[in-house]
Amino acid sequence: MGLTNATADQIVLWVVVPYVTFAVLVVGSIWRYRYDKFGWTTRSSELYEKRLLRWGSPMFHFGLLFVVLGHFLGLVIPKSWTEAVGISEPQYHFVATWMGSIAALVAVAGLLILIYRRRATGPVFLATTKTDKLMYVFLAGSLLSGAWATVQTQVIASGHGYDYRETISPWFRSLWYLQPEPALMAGVPAAFQVHITVAMLLFALWPFTRLVHAFSAPVQYPFRPYVVYRSREASVTSRAPRPGWDPTSTPPR
Amino acid sequence: MKVMAQMSMVMNLDKCIGCHTCSVTCKQAWTNRTGTEYVWFNNVETRPGLGYPRTYEDQDTWQGGWVRTKRGKLKLRAGGRAKKLASIFANPKLPSIHDYYEPWTYEYDMLLSAPAGEHTPVAKPKSLLTGDDMSIQWSANWDDDLGGSTATMQDDPILKHMSEHVAEELEQTFMFYLPRICEHCLNPSCVASCPSGAMYKRVEDGIVLVDQDQCRGWRMCVTGCPYKKVYFNHKTGKAEKCTLCYPRIEVGLPTVCSETCVGRLRYLGLVLYDADKVGAAAATEAEEDLLAAQRAVFLDPNDPEVVAAARREGIPDDWITAAQRSPIWKLIHDYEVALPLHPEYRTLPMVWYIPPLSPVVDVVASSGNDGEDGRTLFAAISQLRIPLEYLAGLFTAGDTGPVERVLRRLAAMRSGMREVNLGREFPEEHAAAVGMTGDQVQEMYRLLAIAKYEERYVIPTAHTEVARELEEMACSLDFEGGPGMGGSGPFGTSSGQPTPVAVENFHALAARQTADSPHTPSSPSRVNLLNWDGRGRPSGLFPPDDGGGQDAGGPGTLPGGRQDATNEEPGGFEGSAR
Repeated sequence: MGLTNATADQIVLWVVVPYVTFAVLVVGSIWRYRYDKFGWTTRSSELYEKRLLRWGSPMFHFGLLFVVLGHFLGLVIPKSWTEAVGISEPQYHFVATWMGSIAALVAVAGLLILIYRRRATGPVFLATTKTDKLMYVFLAGSLLSGAWATVQTQVIASGHGYDYRETISPWFRSLWYLQPEPALMAGVPAAFQVHITVAMLLFALWPFTRLVHAFSAPVQYPFRPYVVYRSREASVTSRAPRPGWDPTSTPPR
Repeated sequence: MKVMAQMSMVMNLDKCIGCHTCSVTCKQAWTNRTGTEYVWFNNVETRPGLGYPRTYEDQDTWQGGWVRTKRGKLKLRAGGRAKKLASIFANPKLPSIHDYYEPWTYEYDMLLSAPAGEHTPVAKPKSLLTGDDMSIQWSANWDDDLGGSTATMQDDPILKHMSEHVAEELEQTFMFYLPRICEHCLNPSCVASCPSGAMYKRVEDGIVLVDQDQCRGWRMCVTGCPYKKVYFNHKTGKAEKCTLCYPRIEVGLPTVCSETCVGRLRYLGLVLYDADKVGAAAATEAEEDLLAAQRAVFLDPNDPEVVAAARREGIPDDWITAAQRSPIWKLIHDYEVALPLHPEYRTLPMVWYIPPLSPVVDVVASSGNDGEDGRTLFAAISQLRIPLEYLAGLFTAGDTGPVERVLRRLAAMRSGMREVNLGREFPEEHAAAVGMTGDQVQEMYRLLAIAKYEERYVIPTAHTEVARELEEMACSLDFEGGPGMGGSGPFGTSSGQPTPVAVENFHALAARQTADSPHTPSSPSRVNLLNWDGRGRPSGLFPPDDGGGQDAGGPGTLPGGRQDATNEEPGGFEGSAR
């Protein structure tokens, strides 16, 4: 077991790359937070355009939240646990496939609306940076490849579909136990392999894009008092000028 | 009792001439940056009118401020915490840029760099959002001086709450100016709306600020503020708002808008209040009682018990003295002539207004009567229901009683001081009729008419026992990540660390010396002659030569024949025909 019965490229792809991705994600996020608190924002473009955003953004984000929840259930919860509480494989498969498909459909539809909006609305397109465009490629790539993997191996396929909880999920957990088992990924369908690879690249890109706003989801908001008081001593720390003081100009065309 | 100090402002609307100097100087000081083109921390509205952004007072649409639930609790009108989080991906109540206006500039560069031609070059308006030509539809003060004209009257949210016939007559009636800044409320709904906890009220002076490092651009504050005085910087993706010029206030200087006010109508000073009573006051059941409730929150700085409690809370003695000398406290409490703007929003705003008597005086004078005669004025105040109701809609949640009392006091002052000017005694009966003494009225006259700088602005300096100014002496280059240089950082506009002042100045200077105009020049290769060292012939020294001078007029079209300039000409200037 472990690394002994895995080929070199399996080790690179399913051990080295995941750990490097994780390191980049963690170290990059910490560095970005320390270096660039001011740039850590959603950079919302709602001020420019509301009609499309009003549909696209909630569809994409809520769809994605359910997708993330589904990934948690599929990857983190071992098969033995769900079977122990009496959920059989066909039942699990049915719920996971259909709930996942609906969530993916909503998220993809939302993303398409958002991408169309970004391209078609003048001010929104001008506010799109190169990093944004690169990020969109990997974001859309992960979403679409994941959706395709589900359709190909679960929806179209005969029987109960491909049981990723025998291969991908144990591999994923093995990374966290620090006893990686890349050999588990050997027979995994190509669609899943592509999805996982693109997703790892997206996570490596994460800290350097606007995606960091996901880490500042305001989960503490419901638990704090409404009105925040702060002392002047704590709030004024430096007399260095703030960013955001550039003169007005028309965007370059 | 928890004593807190609040830096607050009173504006005397009778003296506002609508010159917009406050708005312009504020903009030059704070929002002359990219991303804040449409942001006016201070704006001056003509009332009746739509305000900025358009119809912001219509809370049925914009859902700002607080509401009182049936159980007597306060709730954000736009929805509680769960609803805020649920609508975080697309805020349905966020005004779009078109509710403010699309910012623009003019293509001034064309006036200088257009090639010679038949027609005079024009500076076309260009959108600052898209760079395209645009037709200007609205701006921050588009309905300036249109007070009550039929062009905008029907959309004024205050008039909509009044009866139909009132609106019909209004065109003839009155107009006044309403300068607005952030209210720095005691119960700020913008702070309560911020999911990140980036907005806060300062403990020392009550100024409401946005922590730019903590703001994540969720935009809920814009919706939460019923006065729409929090703006979203569309380039940095952060909320920005009026700071009450806190760097000036901290060293004892008035805000830029106050300092530059031509009419000298602004007053700045401290008010002490009981923080424990704020919540209950904001949750007062009847909207008309909110004014009295807010007044009850304030504490008398001359009361020895209050002074003792303030000392216990750590308020320094010079601040207590400043609170005792505060012109705000005099206008709010002693003379009772200042009123809050829209108390019905339940935020307990702290920029108060002395409602204008001039609409009444104008009507009296235009009807051929004596506009400074006390009895005529008193009669007119109670008869002219329309201005009264309108002012009540702004300042007292519709209750005309307090507005009428203020106007009667101003009328008593006006008519009484005329008697004094004519060498007669101050008519005590006029003062008594409004519940004051003649001396009190004359003191109030002094404060409103001739008070000097030090009396209008009573601002205690912040206590910087830490020698913060020494920080500037530290080396300005030893910081992580290297200089950000302004402009676009590695992660989009304005990302990266703040640039130390020395580096920033260097680059700003360099940018200024190499830039010609605030918008993109029509010919990017233009050379700024002010920076040209006179040597050589840099490309772009002359305007582009379209068509080789054939269609744009031959030699001699212009004196000096600039159209003849060609790029192939060798050898620089020597021997050139120019």
